[in-house]
Amino acid sequence: MSQSQAIPFSRFVTEHSAAVAGFLRGMVAYHDAEECLQETFLAALRAYDSFDGSNPRAWVLTIARNKAIDSERARGRRPDLLAETEQLLASPPPDEGLDAEIWLEVAALPEKQRVALVLRYGLDLRYREIGAVLACSEAAARRSAHEGISKLRDRRTEMAR
Amino acid sequence: MTSPRESTNPSNARKQGGAGAFDEGLIREAIGRTARVEVDDSGLSRVLAGRADAEGLIEVAYCEVDSPLGRLLVAATDRGLVRVGWANDDHDLILGELAASIGPRVVEAPARFDPLRTELDEYFAGSRRSFEQPLDWRLSGGFTREVLHRTAEIPFGETRTYAEIATAAGSPRAYRAAGSALGANPIPIVVPCHRVLRTNGGLGGYGGGIEAKRALLRIERAELT
Repeated sequence: MSQSQAIPFSRFVTEHSAAVAGFLRGMVAYHDAEECLQETFLAALRAYDSFDGSNPRAWVLTIARNKAIDSERARGRRPDLLAETEQLLASPPPDEGLDAEIWLEVAALPEKQRVALVLRYGLDLRYREIGAVLACSEAAARRSAHEGISKLRDRRTEMAR
Repeated sequence: MTSPRESTNPSNARKQGGAGAFDEGLIREAIGRTARVEVDDSGLSRVLAGRADAEGLIEVAYCEVDSPLGRLLVAATDRGLVRVGWANDDHDLILGELAASIGPRVVEAPARFDPLRTELDEYFAGSRRSFEQPLDWRLSGGFTREVLHRTAEIPFGETRTYAEIATAAGSPRAYRAAGSALGANPIPIVVPCHRVLRTNGGLGGYGGGIEAKRALLRIERAELT
């Protein structure tokens, strides 16, 4: 980051903590979200002086995405947690009803589609920015979201049959 | 057999039975509700500060400190105290300046300031005559730094004139420049620019306001005319 446009890291945290937390809620088990949030901002702090200052939200969400992948992988390696995972993946802890059902389905989507849906509908990001997080084009990001939605619809249709 | 397309139609979905209305709108709402998260930013900052400090990642640590003169901003590098901001200064602006001049890893880390906070409390209570904290002088250079070094040597309870400080800093005629150097003191209170007065005994100016200067001199029971 060029020093003249430097944003104090503490301000960077308060500006983006809600977005990162919201994203992680959609991406990792409820009980892992807090730790992922800390890991994300600690990693951001480590890399902060090499960050070029453009699109800070996409930058920190990219870090968060990697932390979420690490976290889910760690969970997968621990068979003792697998049973629990079934419940927890639908973060926040599943309410009764439709939200909980939808979340269980969202949690079962491929990671890229999940990212696209959470960023689009959870955080209201434009597809261009979602593409930046997914390291793909705007069109590919839109496609991922649409694939996610139609997969959810298909699943629901099967269940309703 | 229901094709996936049909379920996009809400009325069709409903026909499939109550909770079957699993359309795009519902998905959006469900995801939207879940992703709206309140974050305890001060809790997050506290955890981050501890871990960042342990890893040596902090370039500028800061916190706010309550005092009889209002809520002060104090900031330090690993060399020492680098900046004190007054209650009526814009603290965010100061943090932005510190990020630009020292480095962007500016982190709120109150635990780092426990010793300074104690010293300030004692000073304001009248039971401390000098500060023990190391200082980082990097924000001032040249004649300004020279003036501030000489100012730091003025003992508790004593005062000097602008002309005396200018002389001590090596430029007897530069008393106006000495005045602006003191006005640019990045570490007021701890570097006691309040102890420098006009030759006629008048208070002169003060970054924190003339009332703050008077209050500090009163704490020190300095002789005022």
